[in-house]
Amino acid sequence: MTFSQDLALAAPELILAIGALGLLVVGAFAPRATTALMLASIGALILAAWAAAVGPIGRGFSGGLIADNASAFAKVAIYLASAVAILLGQKWFERKAIRNFEFPILILLAALGMGMMASAGDLISLYMGVELHSLALYVLAAMHREDAKASEAGLKYFVLGALSSGLLLYGASLIYGFAGSTKFDEIAAVVQGGASTGVLFGLVFLICGLAFKVSAAPFHMWTPDVYEGAPTPVVAFFAGAPKLAAMVLFARVLAEGFAGAADQWRQVLVLIALLSIFVGAFAGLAQTNLKRLWAYSSIANVGYAVLGLASGSSEGMQAMLVFMVLYMIDVTGFFACLTALSRNGRPMETIGDMAGLFKERPGIALAMTAFSLSALGLPPFSGFWAKFYVFKAALGVGEPMIVIAAVLGLVGSVVAAFYYLRLIKVMWFDTAPGQTDALPREAQVVAISAALFSFPVVMGALIFLDPAAKAAAAAFGLAS
Amino acid sequence: MIGLTHYLAVAAILFTIGVFGIFVNRKNIIVILMSIELILLAVNINLVAFSVYLHDVVGQIYAMFVLTVAAAEAAVGLAILVTFFRNRGDISVDDVSMMKG
Repeated sequence: MTFSQDLALAAPELILAIGALGLLVVGAFAPRATTALMLASIGALILAAWAAAVGPIGRGFSGGLIADNASAFAKVAIYLASAVAILLGQKWFERKAIRNFEFPILILLAALGMGMMASAGDLISLYMGVELHSLALYVLAAMHREDAKASEAGLKYFVLGALSSGLLLYGASLIYGFAGSTKFDEIAAVVQGGASTGVLFGLVFLICGLAFKVSAAPFHMWTPDVYEGAPTPVVAFFAGAPKLAAMVLFARVLAEGFAGAADQWRQVLVLIALLSIFVGAFAGLAQTNLKRLWAYSSIANVGYAVLGLASGSSEGMQAMLVFMVLYMIDVTGFFACLTALSRNGRPMETIGDMAGLFKERPGIALAMTAFSLSALGLPPFSGFWAKFYVFKAALGVGEPMIVIAAVLGLVGSVVAAFYYLRLIKVMWFDTAPGQTDALPREAQVVAISAALFSFPVVMGALIFLDPAAKAAAAAFGLAS
Repeated sequence: MIGLTHYLAVAAILFTIGVFGIFVNRKNIIVILMSIELILLAVNINLVAFSVYLHDVVGQIYAMFVLTVAAAEAAVGLAILVTFFRNRGDISVDDVSMMKG
């Protein structure tokens, strides 16, 4: 492969990297031009998504960068979610009179890192992608500098995120040492027919680090605090795209690097999945703050995605991809609702604040109802189809352990139903304590369109999403 | 003769000290930053030792990347710590608990 072919494979990354650096210079000279910077960054993300969708397929930079159907699928979803996050966030910061032009640029850098995670083919590019997106996210969490809660959230996220990067890196160093290579395909050749203890030891550390990034239990401690403290539109971003990127990376490492040790990592993943589902379901019961509640809901939902991964089949990977995309749209819509709602200038963040919302703001209340029912997994909302894919894949493998896990997962979602239904009850039947403020337009548009996607657009969208995810899952090269 | 296992043992000890430093430390957030640095340096010792043992230069390249990222990470961490200090006027660990959990 020649260097120019390598560069063609990295076209989306190059667009984002050059775009982010160029816009940073523009911002340094014209810090008031926030609207222009916002539109330019959204343009760069859409251009990068297009480049990822139509770009060439192959392995570049001596195996360090993989461009295939899986990475293209993930990148299009990640870049579009990042563009929505820029739209939501920039307007929110402007309303708070925080005029920092860095916000869209940080999202661009985070999107660049997430794209690299989706196409990492080597432990070095894996680490660089993870760090690039993490460093941008730490800063985003603490972006609201005058808010004590936001800087506390940023600090907690930084300390625990750095620890998880350390675990991931220690695992990577052990795998390098005992497998003799950092490339996934060469590791796969060594692991074929049973991994040595050293490699397995490293793999466990690597899985711990990645579980931190997707906020799966028992590595979920940071999630509720960071969600509660960070600015709401930033949380809308946190909860979707980075998790999809980390899940794709997870799938890539396990399927391309460690397919030979599937029996070993399957046990670990089933444990992580079940713990996440139950921690998310039970700890969520005690929450009154909606951002914390939705943090536990995201822990539970990641559990289902990990269950899809644990199936270890091509179908399981497809289920994971469909699940994460549908969940990402739901959660972005829900946090867009929270971004939109305030009463007397104070954001409405507790369940009690939502009382009587249906009478006053029927549109937003219906949207939040749709997201809650969807997260609960009720048909015909998108969350039901997402879970349907996961359970179908889990039962299709025929491993008793996975089947038992799937049944327990169903029990977990019944427990979690309580807090979603409580929110709906408060919104529809309680009396409102006062008038809500006027809704900002962009948050309303995002919320309503996400709700319409959740039902009924999802029915039509699945016709396209299903084969796209199937082609993406086939790129991981597992048996179906 | 100092062999591979000695280096791995040192790295493992440093790594453990770093992890414990984050969880056991009850005083100062700067100590946490130092612990994170310790973890990353333990990884570097691992990587360079393996690189020499395997006669493969990739491990040393990896270590270079880790060093660079560690510097960036420390910069971001200190910046967040400064905003935290401006809001609270204190950086003791017990203070980081406005939100439960």
